[in-house]
Amino acid sequence: MELFGIAFAALLGSNIILSRFLGICPFLGVSKKSSSAIGMGLALIAVVILSSLICYGLDKLLVLLEMQSYLELVVFILVIASFVQLLEFFLKKYIPSLYKSLGVYLPLITTNCVVLQVCLDLVSREYNLLQTLVYSLSVSVGYMIVIVIFSHIRTRLDNSQNMPKAFKGNAIALITAGLMAMAFMAFSGFSF
Amino acid sequence: MKKLKIFLNGLIYENPTLVIFLGMCPALGTTNKVENALYMSLCVLAVLLLSNIIISLIRKIVPNEVRIPVYIIIIATLVSIVDMLFHAYLPYNVYQSLGSFISLIVVNCIILGRAESFANKNNVLDSIIDALGFACGFAVAIIVVAFFRELIGTGALSWAGHSLQIIPKNYAISLFASNSGAFIALGLVVALYSFVMNVVKDNKKTKAAKTASESK
Repeated sequence: MELFGIAFAALLGSNIILSRFLGICPFLGVSKKSSSAIGMGLALIAVVILSSLICYGLDKLLVLLEMQSYLELVVFILVIASFVQLLEFFLKKYIPSLYKSLGVYLPLITTNCVVLQVCLDLVSREYNLLQTLVYSLSVSVGYMIVIVIFSHIRTRLDNSQNMPKAFKGNAIALITAGLMAMAFMAFSGFSF
Repeated sequence: MKKLKIFLNGLIYENPTLVIFLGMCPALGTTNKVENALYMSLCVLAVLLLSNIIISLIRKIVPNEVRIPVYIIIIATLVSIVDMLFHAYLPYNVYQSLGSFISLIVVNCIILGRAESFANKNNVLDSIIDALGFACGFAVAIIVVAFFRELIGTGALSWAGHSLQIIPKNYAISLFASNSGAFIALGLVVALYSFVMNVVKDNKKTKAAKTASESK
């Protein structure tokens, strides 16, 4: 039940994009086509889960060495950056079809704040291994759900003819995201 | 003259929040109060200024292939330092509400973007001006958003525990203080900015057309 609570909060209740405002740059940049939104979402799920597991292990090591307070951030970002690079090499060699379809989105994930935030969260909330796994999975799936829904709305927005010139592009996209956030606010009332 | 151009480029023409849409997370997450927005932009200014100076100083030493990891380590170290300083000297409730947005400056695209596209090609003085321009552009944008959100959302403006009620509380629209209000307020400010820029552009065009027809 506790795991379900963690998963529900991360997926819908306090969604990483709409109520915690993280990963907004790719949310606005990559959501112009639904195919690229799906690619970004899948790549993010893989990176978040694996890098949070690595950071979980490394944090235990840092605590043992008593260096956690000042090295945490540097170590985490290095792990994420090098892990994304490694994943890129691995996919290029062994699963070239997936590598091609992810394309430019893979290296962009390094600067996605979702990955770093998940690693920081599981340290500050003192999650165990199972909770870490559930949390990272549901945060990244929550990200993917929102970015895919948003990309479908956005293709409609781009086709609309009589929009004021000043609102075109990202201005109306932000307001639409605001309306989506309002809808997702309904989920935040649940508690398990 | 060229220095002014570098500064204005960051402040207006390539404003990170309103034009190129980088570093959007703090622009949404820390704009619930003017106080938070101000301290957040102070934090970004400190990190951006120092990282631009350091990266511009070492631009001839660092090999091209490993430059990104080097930049990331420099930025992460600077952010850790600024985070600890803020933890020590900032009002505790402000530090608490900025939360992880200070640590997340590491992955803020403004900082890495300026390092990659400006500081590693230009001298230290230009890099300092560039950092000031972009940090001020970020600051102005998020303070404007925060001002409207706080004023419309709560009807009051507060600073360090003192608050000044401007609109009666019953007339405040609490939506703007909530999560969805952040997106809507930022969207409206972006639209306002592009409206003003369009008007300025049109004016310039008509002026240019006028002078062209007069010279004929």
